[in-house]
Amino acid sequence: MGFTDPKYVGDPINAVRIFNEKEADELMVLDIDATVDGSEPDFKLIAKLAAECRMPLCYGGGISHVEQVQRLVNIGVEKVAISSAAIARPTLVTEIADAVGRQSVAVVLDVRKRVGLLSTKYEICTHNAKKAYKGDFFSLIQELQQAGAGEIVINSVDRDGMMKGYDLELAAQVRSVAEVPITFLGGAGSLEDLSDLFSTVGIVGGAAGSLFVFKGKYRAVLISYPTRIQKNMVLNRMIELLNK
Amino acid sequence: MIRVVDYGVGNIQAFLNLFDRLGLKAERASEARDLIDATHLILPGVGHFDYAMRSFNKSGLRAPLEKLVLTQNKPLLGVCVGMQMLAHSSDEGLLPGLGWIPGSVHSFDGKSESESLPLPHMGWNDLKINTPSIVFPTTDIEPPQFYFLHSYYFSATNRSDVIATTNYGLDFDAVVRHKNVFGMQCHPEKSHRWGEQFLRAFTEL
Repeated sequence: MGFTDPKYVGDPINAVRIFNEKEADELMVLDIDATVDGSEPDFKLIAKLAAECRMPLCYGGGISHVEQVQRLVNIGVEKVAISSAAIARPTLVTEIADAVGRQSVAVVLDVRKRVGLLSTKYEICTHNAKKAYKGDFFSLIQELQQAGAGEIVINSVDRDGMMKGYDLELAAQVRSVAEVPITFLGGAGSLEDLSDLFSTVGIVGGAAGSLFVFKGKYRAVLISYPTRIQKNMVLNRMIELLNK
Repeated sequence: MIRVVDYGVGNIQAFLNLFDRLGLKAERASEARDLIDATHLILPGVGHFDYAMRSFNKSGLRAPLEKLVLTQNKPLLGVCVGMQMLAHSSDEGLLPGLGWIPGSVHSFDGKSESESLPLPHMGWNDLKINTPSIVFPTTDIEPPQFYFLHSYYFSATNRSDVIATTNYGLDFDAVVRHKNVFGMQCHPEKSHRWGEQFLRAFTEL
């Protein structure tokens, strides 16, 4: 939670099989230690995950050059997620987009709320929220879009694992500058949180980790995923909220 | 056996993984002699149209594939940019397409009737089946859902070649067929049971 206190929730390949059975829309696998440790993506494990995965697979962690991306695409990954390396060098996004197409490049931004005396603002952090990015959040989003990012994933560090809803204020601010598809991650604790997100900011992606992995207040591990009927209920509730 | 055309562009492994799960024999074809035993062909493709066409033209696979598809009438399925390559031309590039399915490829940009939708068109969407065929035997009550990831769309010249359409701001041709050549804009290799059913039906042609 908040990227601290890691909890073992099971074997990744088995988890992919369960998400196959649940017909999940897309799977994003992030190796959150690879960049911090300075290690390469674990190509052997990723190839095994890709072989099992019957839905689009996005991989992130430890990617710093375009050859790694070509290798990942060759072993069956549709999209790659980059974060620290893209923030440090946005031309990397361009290089990857030129090699595999911009639709396969997602940039993940870890965002933290900074409450100041006079105002509250958002800042981007890297290396599992251990380092802060000095520049302006919204200019960076625009720069990354121009560089060739096909998708931007906004990960709310403060809400990670909290399961009390998305940061809707953050979502609205990001949506106003976004031209490419945006996905929000961090905070979903119920399907209602998803309809709240969609009714507030319109067409965006809603992602969740804990919501689909934990059950109950004691956080028992039980992988779940909304059925088609439940997904339609999310959309119907969104429409109700919009008509209010 | 099923041969997935490997000209250096596209997610070959994802197709091989899926056919393996379906218990169907499939291998990649990287050079002309790999095509000798082909019964069904998959032409994948991602990225820029010209890049894909240039790679395909240079691969040494175009001439033998033309013979298989146009003379011997082996079924071929082009997927994503692989489908767009089957058209005569694309707004994305300057190089001519293969022209195996009469049609052209256009950009979504600025064409939407309603609000401007984010591009690429990314995510799950419904297929609207025009007429039942071997690949989609019924116009189901529940429309099949497929995963899309693209910024350009195929527009078939002959409306009778259109198997299914999808709406993203406008209706576009998502699945087309001209004789033994099929094209699918979405990704059957990443679309759960809907993709599996479609690919199985294609291999039973």
